[in-house]
Amino acid sequence: MTGVVRGSRLGEGLRAYRLIAGMWIRSAMTYRASFVVTVCGNLAVTGLDFVGILLMFSQVDALGGWRLPEIAFLYGLSVTAFGIADLVLGSMDVLGSRIRDGSFDTLLVRPAPVLAQIGADHFAVRRLGRITQGTVVLIWALASVDVDWSAAKVLLVPLMVLSGAVIFCAVFVAGAAFQIFAQDAAEVQNAFTYGGTTLLQYPPTVFGKDFVRGVTFMFPIAFVNWVPACYVLGRPYPLDLPEWAAFAPPLVAAVCCGLAGLAWRAGLGSYRSTGS
Amino acid sequence: MGSGRLYAAVAAGGFRRYATYRAATLAGVFTNTVFGVILVYTYLALWDEKPHLGGYDQAQAVTYVWLGQCLYSTLAIQGGGAEKDLMDRIRTGEIAVDLYRPADLQLWWLASDLGRSLFQLLGRGVIPFAFGSLFFPMALPTDVTSWAALLVALLLAMVVSFGIRYLAALSAFWLLDGQGISQAVMILGIFCSGMVLPLNAFPGVFGDIVRALPWAAQLQMPADVLMGKTDPLAAYAFQAVWAVVLLAAGRLLQQAATRRVVVQGG
Repeated sequence: MTGVVRGSRLGEGLRAYRLIAGMWIRSAMTYRASFVVTVCGNLAVTGLDFVGILLMFSQVDALGGWRLPEIAFLYGLSVTAFGIADLVLGSMDVLGSRIRDGSFDTLLVRPAPVLAQIGADHFAVRRLGRITQGTVVLIWALASVDVDWSAAKVLLVPLMVLSGAVIFCAVFVAGAAFQIFAQDAAEVQNAFTYGGTTLLQYPPTVFGKDFVRGVTFMFPIAFVNWVPACYVLGRPYPLDLPEWAAFAPPLVAAVCCGLAGLAWRAGLGSYRSTGS
Repeated sequence: MGSGRLYAAVAAGGFRRYATYRAATLAGVFTNTVFGVILVYTYLALWDEKPHLGGYDQAQAVTYVWLGQCLYSTLAIQGGGAEKDLMDRIRTGEIAVDLYRPADLQLWWLASDLGRSLFQLLGRGVIPFAFGSLFFPMALPTDVTSWAALLVALLLAMVVSFGIRYLAALSAFWLLDGQGISQAVMILGIFCSGMVLPLNAFPGVFGDIVRALPWAAQLQMPADVLMGKTDPLAAYAFQAVWAVVLLAAGRLLQQAATRRVVVQGG
């Protein structure tokens, strides 16, 4: 019985998400020229990081012992995974301002799951720019890395992108829950979302040991690309993790989702309207 | 003399307005610190591979990173200062009220933006910089004159930064929607100021061009002045020339723009 209720609730959420996202897409399409310009702008903004990496490689042949195609592989995985999460739930950073101006209360009384409503809020197709850009780099990297491909390695690539996207989605949801407590401090979330995707564009050998420990065990984004990419590229794992760790991303993603769900419930339960 | 007091009051208002958002400021400090740590590690790896890149040693590269995080919101390098408010006011028509005031439009917004910059420097910039100097080896001067020289360079950098963003904001008189221009301000600001990589380390002719653009006055010049990598007077001259050129261009564009304003009343 509960299974049926759960299932229908999920369906309801997805339906609400689809309807709200569709509304935002139609509204964006009203100003077609502006839409095209913002997609191009989005492509350029998100591409800057890679231009930075290319500039670095105009001066050196390797960074932390990794060559350009390998770093492009990390970059493509990180940016594509993050791009998907950003498209699906990236508007969650407007939650803080919704709480401040009181419009969050409206979402609470609507007969649809709040998470679906806030996730689809300001749904922006222009965010396809980041995914496109990450995918292009990823394809170039796959064509130029020197890898002895096996079935497991081939399978691991889409698995990494999907699990990575889910992990970043969990970070967005946890960040949204945090905003209910912190309100004005929405920018803290950027350190984990944008900071996370930036950091994963560089090899783990660049960072200090304690730092790598932190992003492996406490804030486990190392499983978005670092650990599985080391397996694919045949490089030593960070922190001497066991061999099977490369296949842990789906598990890590599931645990992250569970924790983020708990955080969201706790946040929603403790919400107090500003009354404005 | 009276007008001097007016603009001082406007600047104080800009300072106080941003000082109100304490939690947001703290959040910004945290985010700038995290990004600083990430950048420091990547720069250290880069300078490991190629020592003396761009004429910096490792400690100087680290100093450059933390100064960049310190100035990121101070100079609104990715936008988001006075120009954002000004664009909104142009779009909504509230600009008519500003034009009606017995004060100069450009000076009014410059004063307000300088107030904002000063708050962001003290409230948001100093802590990440101090954090960096505590946990990473940095090349900081010990004499007072270098720090005083930095303050002058920072003031000039603030004016140049405003000059660029004021031009961008005025474009809203013609374009109405400032989104595309804001994006351009962001891209050019991040890249040409040297937030991605110090401009010194840009290769070849491309590097020469980027180092001659006004954005070089924002982060590269203050960093080089602080670390004694350049003659301060030459740096000031570069910054001042761009400041004057940008403010003059802003004034011309403002004259052309205000002729277009039609107040509908009501």
